[in-house]
Amino acid sequence: MNLPQAVNGWRPEPPAPSTPVREAIGSVLYEFRWIIADTAMLTWRMLMHYRRNPEMLLSTIFGPLMFLFLFTYVFGGAIGRSTEINYIDYLLPGVLIQNNIFTVMQTGIGLADDMQKGFVDRYRSLPMARSAVIGGRVVATTVIAFFSAIWTIGIAVVIGMRFHGGFWPGLSLPFVVALFCFGFAWISALVGVSVRDTQTASSITFFVAIPLTFLSSTFVPIETMPGWLQAFAGVNPITQVVNLSRNLAQGGPIAVYALPTFLWTVFFVFGIGSLATWRYKRIS
Amino acid sequence: MIQPAQLQDRSPLGELVSAIAVEARWIIADTAVMSWRNLLRYRRSPELLMFSTLSPVMFVLLFNYVFGGAIPTGDLNYIDYLMPGILVQTTIFSATTTGVGLAEDLQKGMVDRYRSLPMARSAVLGGRVVAETLVSLFVAFLMLGVGLIIGMRFHGGFWPGFSLPFMVAGFAFGFSWIAAFVGASVRNAEGAGSLMFFVVFPLTFLSSAFVPIESMPGWLQWFAYVNPVTNAVDFGRALSQGGPIVANAWPTALWTLGMTFVIGPVAVWRYRKV
Amino acid sequence: MDHAIEVRNISKSYGSVVALDNVDLDVQRGSVMGLLGPNGAGKTTLVRILTTLLRPSSGSATVLGYDVVRHARHLRSYIGLAGQSAAVDDLLTGRENIHMAGRLYHMPKRQVQKRAQELLEQFDLVDAADRSVKGYSGGMRRRLDLAASLVANPPMIFLDEPTTGLDPRSRLELWDVIRNLVSEGTTVLLTTQYLEEADQLADEITVIDLGKVIAQGTADELKHQAGSEFIEITVRDVEDIRRAASVLENFAENNECDIDEEARKTSIMVQDGASIMVQVVRSLDTEDIAVANMAVRQPTLDDVFLALTGRTAEEAATESEQEQN
Repeated sequence: MNLPQAVNGWRPEPPAPSTPVREAIGSVLYEFRWIIADTAMLTWRMLMHYRRNPEMLLSTIFGPLMFLFLFTYVFGGAIGRSTEINYIDYLLPGVLIQNNIFTVMQTGIGLADDMQKGFVDRYRSLPMARSAVIGGRVVATTVIAFFSAIWTIGIAVVIGMRFHGGFWPGLSLPFVVALFCFGFAWISALVGVSVRDTQTASSITFFVAIPLTFLSSTFVPIETMPGWLQAFAGVNPITQVVNLSRNLAQGGPIAVYALPTFLWTVFFVFGIGSLATWRYKRIS
Repeated sequence: MIQPAQLQDRSPLGELVSAIAVEARWIIADTAVMSWRNLLRYRRSPELLMFSTLSPVMFVLLFNYVFGGAIPTGDLNYIDYLMPGILVQTTIFSATTTGVGLAEDLQKGMVDRYRSLPMARSAVLGGRVVAETLVSLFVAFLMLGVGLIIGMRFHGGFWPGFSLPFMVAGFAFGFSWIAAFVGASVRNAEGAGSLMFFVVFPLTFLSSAFVPIESMPGWLQWFAYVNPVTNAVDFGRALSQGGPIVANAWPTALWTLGMTFVIGPVAVWRYRKV
Repeated sequence: MDHAIEVRNISKSYGSVVALDNVDLDVQRGSVMGLLGPNGAGKTTLVRILTTLLRPSSGSATVLGYDVVRHARHLRSYIGLAGQSAAVDDLLTGRENIHMAGRLYHMPKRQVQKRAQELLEQFDLVDAADRSVKGYSGGMRRRLDLAASLVANPPMIFLDEPTTGLDPRSRLELWDVIRNLVSEGTTVLLTTQYLEEADQLADEITVIDLGKVIAQGTADELKHQAGSEFIEITVRDVEDIRRAASVLENFAENNECDIDEEARKTSIMVQDGASIMVQVVRSLDTEDIAVANMAVRQPTLDDVFLALTGRTAEEAATESEQEQN
């Protein structure tokens, strides 16, 4: 077969070599290298969005503070009587998870936006790795979630929060939060590629994320809830990760919450993640 | 063909009186038309309808079940304590739609068309305010229904209890004029939206709506006491759960009248100056 | 093999709706093929199949020798697509948009930078290069979109309604850009619903309607199918128009004469415009009819579409819209 000639300058790489085994190995390596490179490229695009869009940046900066202040000062006095530890110590891990779940929910809204605006057509006509379109958004929102966690912890410490669980567990807090949110981002991605419309994506986000984050140990101890709610809150993955984060910061059993959190995260990334990628590839 | 109204020779006084009558008649008719248009938006946009009905219900459930067990409210059940507060909070939030919608109209040049018609100018604002108030009333009844289902009870008698949603909608009506003022001043839907949010969020939460003021830190209590939202919520609580009604009624009435008759004309004036 | 595109019996249906029906198409390397048809005729579907975005229901197609289904992955390195909705990122600058596209074509960084500068100069975007695209005009956005799709120097480029929604000036500018592209040897497949655009740019035109190819040829060939030339006379005084029409009728090849009273215009179809015009002028003079304007007009592609389908392009578009609903 005659290779097409580029008009001038750059030429794309020729098709991979021909023996079946070499081809298989070559294409896996080739795939892998470009998945990373293309994902990095699209992550960069998303991060530029945060830099250039003050509204997105401001809501990422002030959103968690609003919740932190509201619950600490307005509700803290009333709710705080039901927690064994200082309410702000109790609250912070919950606020980290709750707000950053909203942060990574942007993944799906953004993907839906890309589809609406015809971006996805351009991407799909390029020789890039297809999973990078979703991957880039997931990684970018995770990075934002990580920095948002650190920023929120900083403010919380200023207004009186303290770590009582040791140095290393405390240090691992933002990483655990980011890791879980990374997993959760894939759920949002699945929503985004399924509905393909920003309005619908954001209302689903709202009506799923609010109950899910509130019906957990995020803001109040589960024991204060009615029995039937306790059952739901108990199995809610948000409760698992909030309890894990709380015990990392304040001391307490870790492994018992780490295992379910880890399993949920793995399920989100590999189960939901492959479903989302599959749906994306099937778009026509 | 439509004939424009004939100008007639009259005595100056008679002319003035009839002019006012004609004016008033058209203000009312035009406001009704504009209210209708604004209500139609809800029918045409299921999204909007869902957000304005489903999310208030969701918050009633969330606050009652999630926080109810953890927030001590003295002699009252938490749901009894919560309902007046969450009603006022929700309707105030929904009143902000007035300003956002108006700003959107101004942005899109919709208002230019209204202004070129021989309609009463105050009707554009009035229509929005009236429409949002009707929506507020509907949402208030809906939330009360849900509240009753999950255990809320009136302990202050039938008529005071029945008047609760109307009182709440009335307060929201007054508040809509502030929103209209913001909308007419900012003229950018997103800007108006976030400005309103940053005003309304602290105003509604730093009040007696969700938790007793006594449980807040001292410096917050001071703000919460003078906050008009606290007045309205306490009034609502007195209506539904019993308590001194008159003492709680007059601050709310004064605020509502003030917002309507002081901020209202200013909003109309700003809108005319566009 | 000097066909850049070979399409054989391609069909595409969505449920019971047939978007493409046994389409055949050959495009010469280095030429411009204009795909012409009303809204909903199936042009975009064909482009989406050829750019590997969509699998055909049946039939096969190769672009640059690559099968669009089996070799999709490799093919993508050699094609560029500029779509209807300019797919440029509002929050990135013009340069960043091109840069991103280049990197996603897997070009080395340094080459992308060089190429981005070239393209920005070529497309007259240097001044705006480092501003965010949010502030760009519609024409600038389209140019940037086109530049981004050209970053890898693809030998084959697809332009899906490149000038839809642009003001006349931006349209002319974009036409120049496309002409330059062709002079460098790129093969272009362009869809348009503007008959004038295909006439201006395309070497060959394929007319497509309701998913079927209904005519193919150069602009001139298609015009010949539509028939001949037109003589148009605008009279100065509207009262003269009937008399003028009866004079013209004698020269018409089909003895028919169109009258547009509002425009004071009357026109006939003739074989040899220039020589008949002389006679028309003489006759009008003897009849003492004052003429405001006169012209020999080549048939437009609108006339072609009318001759081929029995309806104007506008009617066809409304029809297919109704069908979709």
